[in-house]
Amino acid sequence: MKINLDQFDKAFENRVRLQIMSVLAVNASYDFNALKDLLQVTDGNLASHLKGLEKEEYISVNKSFIGRKPNTQYAITKKGKDAFKKHLQALEKLIKQQK
Amino acid sequence: MEEKDVYRELSSIRDLMERSTKFISLSGLSGVLAGIYALLGARFGFRAMENLEDLDPNRPDVKDAVVFLTLIALAVFILSFVTCYWLSMRKAKKRGENVWNPVSRRLLGAVGVPMITGGLFIAVLLMQQQYFAIAAACLIFYGLALVVASQYTFSEVKWLGFAEILLGLLALNNPGYSVIFWAIGFGILHIIYGTFMHFKYER
Repeated sequence: MKINLDQFDKAFENRVRLQIMSVLAVNASYDFNALKDLLQVTDGNLASHLKGLEKEEYISVNKSFIGRKPNTQYAITKKGKDAFKKHLQALEKLIKQQK
Repeated sequence: MEEKDVYRELSSIRDLMERSTKFISLSGLSGVLAGIYALLGARFGFRAMENLEDLDPNRPDVKDAVVFLTLIALAVFILSFVTCYWLSMRKAKKRGENVWNPVSRRLLGAVGVPMITGGLFIAVLLMQQQYFAIAAACLIFYGLALVVASQYTFSEVKWLGFAEILLGLLALNNPGYSVIFWAIGFGILHIIYGTFMHFKYER
């Protein structure tokens, strides 16, 4: 059965993006390498999706150095949290309607 | 999007939320091994104390026994820690994850506070020759560490922590039997807990 996608956030259409948001929703911040390990995606793939979410202002980026290694931390923004919540509610509503 | 896709999506979200906040590479087997080390240690400890006539801290044989018991406890701790680290690393690798991740760092940071405080507390007890409270302090601070740890790993760890704290308080109230309480807390409880976790999560 096909489902109406009107209420879905276009930014979350991609699976990796939704996964990134799931992790950031329950963690104060997460670094790039840890996200890569967790989601098991390539550097380039992860970077491009993070950039996309950053452009939507759903996540904020904090770059720093630990010793000589660059360390990039990502955190969810208020806007991102609201959007993610709305998306989850839409998913839940779909399931309820079908019962 | 199909209906089953929605379910898959939701369960993948839940799974990621859990995996990114809980360290689940802890192995039940490391609990069992830690328990065995502790029981062996307690056996040697008993033997060292058997020959003592009384616990006057000024007697040289009592001092020797205290040093010996301290070394045994340290050996049990280090061996258990190394085993736990090694088995966790193996389990994480099998799942294609890194054992050193934000969650394990948080876990260690949180556990470090009660563990280091407890270590210093016991060092002071040793210096003050208040030997009767040492086994109780080991159990209580370790129990507190476990209760804190349960926020970052399997929630069952919390119950092990409460049991250790209870045993520690009993040991404090019955100093003559404190080695027995120590052996139950670090030996038998670990074996029971590790076996339970192994069958619940690793089969």
